[in-house]
Amino acid sequence: MQKQLIKPVVFIACLLPLIVLGWQLYAGLLGANPIDEVADSTGEWTLRFLLITLTATPLKRLFGRAWTIRIRRMLGLFAFFYVCLHLLTYLWLDQFFDWGEIWLDILDRPFITLGMLAFVLLLPLVITSNNFMMRRLGRNWKRLHRLAYVIPALGVLHFWWLVKADVLEPLVYGVVLAILLGSRIKAGFAVKNTTQEGCAS
Amino acid sequence: MLIKTATDLNESDVTPFDIYQQRRRFLQSGIAIAGAAIGGSLLSPAASASLPLGQVKPGPFSTDEEKTPFEDVSSYNNFYEFGVDKSDPARNAHKLQTDSWSVTVAGEVAKPGSYTLEDILKPHALAERIYRLRCVEGWSMVIPWIGFPLADLIKRFEPTSKAKFVEFETLYDKKQMPGQRRHVLDWPYREGLRMDEAMHPLTLIAVGLYGNVLPNQNGAPVRLVVPWKYGFKSIKSIVKIRLRETQPTSSWTKSAPQEYGFYSNVNPNVSHPRWSQKRERRIGELRKRKTLMFNGYQEQVASLYTGMDLKKYF
Repeated sequence: MQKQLIKPVVFIACLLPLIVLGWQLYAGLLGANPIDEVADSTGEWTLRFLLITLTATPLKRLFGRAWTIRIRRMLGLFAFFYVCLHLLTYLWLDQFFDWGEIWLDILDRPFITLGMLAFVLLLPLVITSNNFMMRRLGRNWKRLHRLAYVIPALGVLHFWWLVKADVLEPLVYGVVLAILLGSRIKAGFAVKNTTQEGCAS
Repeated sequence: MLIKTATDLNESDVTPFDIYQQRRRFLQSGIAIAGAAIGGSLLSPAASASLPLGQVKPGPFSTDEEKTPFEDVSSYNNFYEFGVDKSDPARNAHKLQTDSWSVTVAGEVAKPGSYTLEDILKPHALAERIYRLRCVEGWSMVIPWIGFPLADLIKRFEPTSKAKFVEFETLYDKKQMPGQRRHVLDWPYREGLRMDEAMHPLTLIAVGLYGNVLPNQNGAPVRLVVPWKYGFKSIKSIVKIRLRETQPTSSWTKSAPQEYGFYSNVNPNVSHPRWSQKRERRIGELRKRKTLMFNGYQEQVASLYTGMDLKKYF
């Protein structure tokens, strides 16, 4: 594919879940409780985008293509976009901006506490996602953006604590996350070993 | 408030069992035809057949609130035996065979045994009761059930003096109920009531809704309806009724005892550990409404729990 085409194509692909959801909502295909469906769907897409973002580095390692890194920022920002829709669905269509109730929810309901925490932790990553902040933060930028490993873990737990009995879906997300994080630990060891060898020679 | 009783019903109001049976058979053939025609589409197969259950009289305790449309009642179901998604039961419930259904009656009764569905239903006058249904997940519906009081049924088995609780069991058959292939709950599904709750005139054995026999996904051919308790207490597709001296353990209580108590009365003042129960979304409405104590049946049932700490016995 042409280099300059990659970004717009991925951008449109990332909008597809929203377009499909919007269509289903408009056409009445979301069943008897469409608001719950919107909340579930936007939440799951947030989690998916967080995980897809984490595939960029391992994919580059596997296939040696740098373009996965070039679209990583966009993927991360789409995770933020979907979590904003998810949060808005909760604040508006679930709680109707009843701030007292929302505050009680955050205090009393661990799964909401976690979800809110994950959202708050995502904010500094969004704010520092531009080139200017990258340059300004230097080495600290990478340190800060390690939160990208913590946030999806909070997301998986948020999902886990929400389901009534069937934990299969959050379990699948958890396993995918574990594989993605595990690949980094492995790669980290490999890097360490080669540098050590390099020093010795 | 005037509590009407069902005594104004007479023999001619009874839907004869053969009519009931015809309707069920028609429904089943309808399912087969529809199933073949739509080939596993999202359409609810049972919804395609619609023959009335004969003449059914309006019964007592009915609400005049707007009824939840049949499409929603028969397509948005928690019936984990057919899958954990709300849309799974409507998709998979055609596998359930309701022909030659029988119910085993056991425990503290003078007349235990295996009763055919005909035995169970024959002497009872069916009536329509429009009840609110509040799910523990925070949504609600208004459903026109067709059935008769559970008390009338239990009396026929002549409970002994040791009968303090009633335990119910759903069919356990992985072929008919594909959701049971996964151990989401400890199958078979079990539920229970205290004897006075079971004998309460609000407590219903339902065989139909919206004038028709029950769609499979709503718990055909015979289910419980306890309108002042969270929906999961109203066990579906019953094959066993056991009268007991000791309190039975419900499936959801076994699965998460700190979250689902034996009583599980609708109570806006007692939160589920993971979410508030103060409000609910009536299916079809945008804004949430306040949840009522005992789901609005406080006048009828509050006396059952006098002196009980409902926060402890949730």
